[in-house]
Amino acid sequence: MRELALHILDIAENSIESDAGCVEITVVENSLDDRLTITIQDNGKGMDAAAVARVTDPFVTHRSTRKVGLGIPLLKFAAELANGSLSIHSELGKGTTLTVDFQRSHIDRMPLGDLASTFMTLVVSNSETHWMFHYQVDGARFDFDNEPIKAELGDVSICEPAVLAYIRDSLYTGVSQAQSAIPG
Amino acid sequence: MATIKSLDDLKKIREEALAKRKVKSKEGNVQVIVGMGTCGIAAGARETMKAILDVIESQSLSGIIVSQTGCVGQCEKEPIVQVIVGDQPKVTYGKVGSEVARQIIKEHILGGKVVENHVIPV
Repeated sequence: MRELALHILDIAENSIESDAGCVEITVVENSLDDRLTITIQDNGKGMDAAAVARVTDPFVTHRSTRKVGLGIPLLKFAAELANGSLSIHSELGKGTTLTVDFQRSHIDRMPLGDLASTFMTLVVSNSETHWMFHYQVDGARFDFDNEPIKAELGDVSICEPAVLAYIRDSLYTGVSQAQSAIPG
Repeated sequence: MATIKSLDDLKKIREEALAKRKVKSKEGNVQVIVGMGTCGIAAGARETMKAILDVIESQSLSGIIVSQTGCVGQCEKEPIVQVIVGDQPKVTYGKVGSEVARQIIKEHILGGKVVENHVIPV
C-alpha cells in the first residue's frame, strides 16, 4: 500500500470485523514537533494480550483458529522506516486503540494520500457504524461525525445521489481546508 | 462548520429521496458489495468504490445500496465486486478496476445484462 490513508481504511475494516458500533479516527500533523500521528479507536470486541502479539507480528504465530492479515505488520514496518512506531491497546469486551506515528519530514515517511476518499468509503459502505473523524494540521482542524446525518436521513439510504454529493463535499472540503494550514 | 445549514439542506434531500424512491421500488433494490479486506484495498478497491459512488452521483441513480465485505478468500482476483439486482441471484465479478466498475453499472445494473467476461466462479 502506498498511502497512509489506505492503511487507515484497512485498520478501520478490522474494527468493523470486530463488531465495533463506533470507530473514531484521529490524524494529527504537527510541523513543529515534526510528527504525524494516527489513532484508530473502536468499541469492538477487543483482543487479549496474546492476540495483540499475534496481529502485530504474524511471523511468529501459528494461525489455526483465526485468520490474521498482514495489514498491521505492514503499517508497523512503514512507521519504523520513518522513525516512528505502532502500538495497540486492547481489552476484551471493551475495544481496541491502535496508534501509529511517524517523523513527518522523514524521507521514507509514506504520503498521507487521499484521506477524504478513505473517509467517504468508510461512511458510505458501513453506514450503520458511528464514525468520528478528526484531522488536525497544526492550528487547523476538521471534524466529522455521521450521527447527525444519520438522524436527519432516517430511513433514507446514504447511497442516494444527493446524499453522496453532500457527504463527498463535506469531506473533501474539510480535509483540504485543514491541509492548507501548512503551505506546500 | 456550517453544520446546521447543511443539515437543513439534508432535510430537503431526504424529502426528495423519499419521493424518488416510490418510483423506484417496483424494480427492487440493487446491492453492490465491494471487497475491502487488506487484499482488496491493496488491489485498488477504494478506487473501485470511488468510481461506483461517482457514477451513482453523476447519473443520479436512486435505489442502489453500496456496502463492503471483508476478504472472501479469492485475494488474487481482487478487487472483487458482488452485484444483486432485485431477487436475482448474486453475481461475483473479479479484477474490477474503475473502468470495469463503470461497465458493470451501465450494462448489468442499468441494462440488465451480466458482464460475462468479468464474472468469477465462487
